[in-house]
Amino acid sequence: MIRFTNVSKRYPGGYEALSNISFHMEKGAMAFLTGHSGAGKSTLLKLVALIERTTRGQLFVDGQNVTAISRRRIPFIRRKIGFIFQEHHLLFDRTVFDNVALPLIIAGYRHQDIGRRVRAALDKLGLLSKERLYPITLSGGEQQRVGIARAVVNKPMLLLADEPTGNLDPELSREIMALFSLFNDVGVSVLIASHDIPLIEQLDYPVMSLDQGRLVTTAAGAA
Amino acid sequence: MNRSRKNRRQSQHRWQDRLRLVLSPGIFLRRHTQVAFDSLGRLYQNWLPTLMTAAVIAIALAMPSGLYLLLGNLERLSGSWDGQASMSVFLKQGIKTDKAQALVSQVSDWPEVASVQLITPEQALEEFGQQSGFADVLGVLEENPLPFVLIVLPASEHLDPAAASALRDRFSQLPETELAQLDLQWVQRLRAILDIAHRVILIISGLLALAVMLVIGNTIRLEIQNRREEILVTKLIGATNGFVRRPFLYSGIWYGALGALIAWLVVEAGFWLLSEPVSRLAGLYHSDFSLETLPFQLLAILIAGGTLLGLLGSWLAVGRHLDAVEPT
Repeated sequence: MIRFTNVSKRYPGGYEALSNISFHMEKGAMAFLTGHSGAGKSTLLKLVALIERTTRGQLFVDGQNVTAISRRRIPFIRRKIGFIFQEHHLLFDRTVFDNVALPLIIAGYRHQDIGRRVRAALDKLGLLSKERLYPITLSGGEQQRVGIARAVVNKPMLLLADEPTGNLDPELSREIMALFSLFNDVGVSVLIASHDIPLIEQLDYPVMSLDQGRLVTTAAGAA
Repeated sequence: MNRSRKNRRQSQHRWQDRLRLVLSPGIFLRRHTQVAFDSLGRLYQNWLPTLMTAAVIAIALAMPSGLYLLLGNLERLSGSWDGQASMSVFLKQGIKTDKAQALVSQVSDWPEVASVQLITPEQALEEFGQQSGFADVLGVLEENPLPFVLIVLPASEHLDPAAASALRDRFSQLPETELAQLDLQWVQRLRAILDIAHRVILIISGLLALAVMLVIGNTIRLEIQNRREEILVTKLIGATNGFVRRPFLYSGIWYGALGALIAWLVVEAGFWLLSEPVSRLAGLYHSDFSLETLPFQLLAILIAGGTLLGLLGSWLAVGRHLDAVEPT
């Protein structure tokens, strides 16, 4: 699903965020990405979502070499990916329903289909009763779940999550992680960046550790 | 080998994407109507600022339209005089009736002349007495001071200014002529002035069209700034540049169309205010002239033009500012 071959990312100004990263995450796998802040977790996810571009090396997403893909083609790659942000990036002038519907509108779904799929996603995340509310009226955990609903509503092949539990209490964090396992069970590939080591250790998934831009350990399964 | 197969598969995907879009005008149309009404709704939600922007556009559009219309009315007025652009040829004093009549039959044969009417000094005196109210005073004159006058109507192909003055010169060279005068020379001068006015209005229109574009462009630029977060998020979840661009282009279109519509109302209102004093003035000249308001074609041009300017203005803003908003 994701293959890095000797990938480096150097930001303008010379700072090297990632050095010579190589790994392969199989289709349908789920893995964690850990490391201190500044270790390059976010940069790695941004490379996959083509928010940042690689400086060196080759990057494949869903079997496609996206290393030098043109800007025009980027949106179509991003549609295969559901991205969940720490600060969830919801639009506060729209209802929960409209927020979750956004990827479907972008992809040009039919009006009826949009309603059906959005409600299915909201139902899965236990937010069905909140569809008419505005995100500002929701709790932090609920907002994060709306963000997840938006990420999964168009059934992406790959979920990327950047510190999805960063602002949540342990109880909620466990719930969110359980949700990700659920999506993984139905075949979605999931890559989660998190520094919440205790939580990660409770779960039985491969872990990749980054330290100062280098991949230091690769636990079983994500080799 | 493996690489080339992969590339081929990619280009095939690309090709299929295109094909699907072309083959399903449904998707295309659905997206556009959806976005068009979404932007309209957004403008309606902030109706006061929308109205203010539209009013600025309306004033800029109403100005040239109103001037153009006013000019059209003036031209119509001068055109109605033009049809009777006759020429007066005053004969020398002392020419007798038979000589004058011989001259009439002579010039009637000229190809440039459509018709000639002879006004005898007696007729002229009588008419002058009637029109001026000086009949009593004129009665004390011992001798009629007025000459014979030929009222010459040029043939239709000799009505234009150059041909008419050539004809006047030909009359001036006749030995019997004292003075040949184009009666409506001032109409021609008016027309020349109107031609200049035409140019001036064209220049004003160009400048105001530019102003409309800039106003819309600036409004859209602010809107892009206000919706920066939304643009970022939509780009992050796979929106193409076209998708991001579309609502702003439609906003521009709506602004332009709305401005044009208000401009039309402004012009109509202005002409309604003018119509009463104008018809009073026309009455004083014994004319049934009345102002003509915006005809349908001009209204269509106004609205189409406003819409186009809106599109161009927003296009400029979007092209300059939207690419700068990229997620990082």
